Amino acid sequence: MTYALQTRNLVKRFGGFVATNDVTLNIATGARHALIGPNGAGKTTLINLLTGFLEPTAGSVILQDRDVTRLPQHRRVKRGLARTFQINRLFADMTVLESVTLAVNERLGIGAHWWRSVGAHAEAIDQAASLLGQLGLLDVAHATTKDLAYGRQRLIEIALALAAQPSVLLLDEPAAGVPTEESRDLFETIAQLPRDVTILLIEHDMDLVFRFADRISVLVMGAILTEDVPAAIAADPRVKQVYLGESTHD
Amino acid sequence: MTVLFDGVASGILLFLISVGLSVTLGLMNFVNLAHGAFAMLGGYVCVVLLNRFNVPFLATLPIAMIVAALAGVVLERTLYRRLYGASHLDQVLFSIGLVFMSISTANFFFGDHQQPLHLPPMLKGQFHLAGADIGAYRLFLIVVGLALAVALQWLVAGTKFGASLRAAVDNPRAARGLGIDVDRVFVATFALGTALAALGGALGIEMLGLDPEFPITYIVYFLIVVAVGGSGNIKGSLIASLILGICDVEGKYYVPQIGAFVIYLVMVATLIVRPQGLFGRSATK
Amino acid sequence: MSLTFDNTRSRRAANWHTAEYGFWMLPIVAYFVFPENLALLSQIAITALFAVSLDLILGYAGIVSLGHAAFFGVGAYAAGLLAQAGWGDPILGLACAGVVAGLVGWITSFLVLRGTDLTRLMVTMGVASMLYVSANKLTGITGGLDGMQGVDMKPLFGQFAFDLYGKTAYIYCVAVLFILFWLARRIVHSPFGLSLQGIRQNVFRMPALGTPVNARLIAVYTLGAVYAGIAGGLLTQTTQFVSIDVLSFSRSAELLLILVLGGTGSLYGGILGAAIFMTMHNYLSDIDPQYWQFWLGLLLIFVVLFARGGIMGALRTVAKRLA
Repeated sequence: MTYALQTRNLVKRFGGFVATNDVTLNIATGARHALIGPNGAGKTTLINLLTGFLEPTAGSVILQDRDVTRLPQHRRVKRGLARTFQINRLFADMTVLESVTLAVNERLGIGAHWWRSVGAHAEAIDQAASLLGQLGLLDVAHATTKDLAYGRQRLIEIALALAAQPSVLLLDEPAAGVPTEESRDLFETIAQLPRDVTILLIEHDMDLVFRFADRISVLVMGAILTEDVPAAIAADPRVKQVYLGESTHD
Repeated sequence: MTVLFDGVASGILLFLISVGLSVTLGLMNFVNLAHGAFAMLGGYVCVVLLNRFNVPFLATLPIAMIVAALAGVVLERTLYRRLYGASHLDQVLFSIGLVFMSISTANFFFGDHQQPLHLPPMLKGQFHLAGADIGAYRLFLIVVGLALAVALQWLVAGTKFGASLRAAVDNPRAARGLGIDVDRVFVATFALGTALAALGGALGIEMLGLDPEFPITYIVYFLIVVAVGGSGNIKGSLIASLILGICDVEGKYYVPQIGAFVIYLVMVATLIVRPQGLFGRSATK
Repeated sequence: MSLTFDNTRSRRAANWHTAEYGFWMLPIVAYFVFPENLALLSQIAITALFAVSLDLILGYAGIVSLGHAAFFGVGAYAAGLLAQAGWGDPILGLACAGVVAGLVGWITSFLVLRGTDLTRLMVTMGVASMLYVSANKLTGITGGLDGMQGVDMKPLFGQFAFDLYGKTAYIYCVAVLFILFWLARRIVHSPFGLSLQGIRQNVFRMPALGTPVNARLIAVYTLGAVYAGIAGGLLTQTTQFVSIDVLSFSRSAELLLILVLGGTGSLYGGILGAAIFMTMHNYLSDIDPQYWQFWLGLLLIFVVLFARGGIMGALRTVAKRLA
């Protein structure tokens, strides 16, 4: 079994507060791994540690068998790690096509090219358009991002991550803020991603989690409570207790 | 020792003028480059009252503060509040506009030369203490400044207003949810900040001079205090002001060639090591 | 490969618009229509270049700077010193100005990478202030408050001397402006330029796309410094003098005003702002400098509150309505 993404005893402290408490994760290549837990458990902090947005207080992050703990964010992306954000972080004044082309440019290594215009690199534009096509965004390719509905913006958020053609994709509540029918479509899109892409998913919607994931980790107060296949998690009384009083649908 | 004493006095003066800027920046996230204009206003009010109307020096101070506070309230209500959510660039541009207007107004009424100031005899002169020459005026400055620093600290830590202020700085939305009139807190704080600036401006005529270019000449200093001390922080402003005042005076005295640089070097060094200032919270923007 | 998507629009996005060709006819026309005012027009060209340099870092990359005069001044003094030392060839002087200013920009660029907008304001103001203080102290080199004289310029290309009517100077300034503008235009329409806009619009997203943000910012900041330095060098060469206020806060603040007046993020905004500002300044400040500064302040407040996009913003709105 090969592991695409691992952490070893990962710790993150903010002053006296322990946000991430000795987390060890092993995510197999090609897995559909979900990370669940009550609000404030530290799920986004963990994602931030995995991507390099935050530096850990202790412990290490291993990507494709290489220690990336000291590696800055953009280098990890080059190694194949991409993420989406819980709240859209988009380029409000750019068109959809421009945004995704920007992402594709970085992947193709032409992001620093300064002599020829963006338009002259037709290959990048075509790849961006192709990605938009897969996500059903071609009709708004030339629309300005800030003018679009939230649901469609959420798709752009995912497009930006997919543009990097990652081998490991971290999705932070991809369906957050998206109406239920559209979130089904969103998950269909995610489910159709090639099997060699490893996916770690934070999600609150238990329906989606149990349909999509093949393994689930439960994070409570910064520490891993348990990790197992969905059926076992569903039956685990400790997990039920942690969620007691929490609704299963947002 | 005398040099050290002068440095402390200089620092206290800086503190008086800058503390309002620090608090309004921390509270309203507003970069107000026109803060020095309020100090200048205080200075001119003092000079006019003193030289034209023969008001005793000490009596001019509260009047200067009140005038500046009123000006602050009017400007805050009419103009500043429109830009609270705007980008820092917009706020900078706006406040530069105010600076230009204030400089030209001062030029128009008072001419572009330094204002002479005649201190009351009580505050002139020096005396000898512990091997140092203590200027009476500088001693007066330090006493007033420290008294105000203590009063401010009490205001912020010990009163209801202070609690509202701290809540509004930490989380304006939650504060509103608790029923705190955040707008009132903003106005009151702005008025207090400008009043203190005016006091500093009036007290500072002796040491810093007063001419229409005052807001531009000194704005860098005030911003350095805020940047080094961390915005929204009274204790930070005091400590930063003292450090900068002492470094500046000592630097100019001992190493005149680069003396003027010292505060810039301190600022740059601080910002490299701690971009949020010595006591500021981590930058979230 | 998408068969249904037509990428023509994207491929043509960077092409020169007819209006742009028309615009660049204007300096040529002006040469013949305003032969008495060539000195003013040269100054407009120089300020326009200076504004373009600020637009690169502010309008495109989002770096808020109140100390851009630092690079303008460094370039001005570098060109002046070179000429004083006997190397009066104009092109050489500009190259020297650009290189020295670029070096200073590169060295100080790390200061604008971290921290908030306020930190950047502070740091850029601080650097410019330090340079001003230095220039004031090093009177032997810079002439201090009196300024640097003895800047003797050799003829351009060994042929065209700087004449009293300012003809050579004008053509020289406009040519330099055009060449550097053309280059800047290529850069902002390139993938690099697109990434700068990404940095300005959402700096947190960029590393997540794999962008080395710091490297990009250092590059554009240095480029902006080079451009500003060359503008400063032009000023020295055309006036044969360097005044210490090339490094002043007022110059940085005025430049910001000019750029905002014209509209950030379009390159042409800087040129328009410079043209209008300098023309107004020329005719109005003779009346009374104080009135000028007062109304300038008022204009600035007005623009920020009601016309934030500047002239280019207004033009875009009109163009949209007509389309």
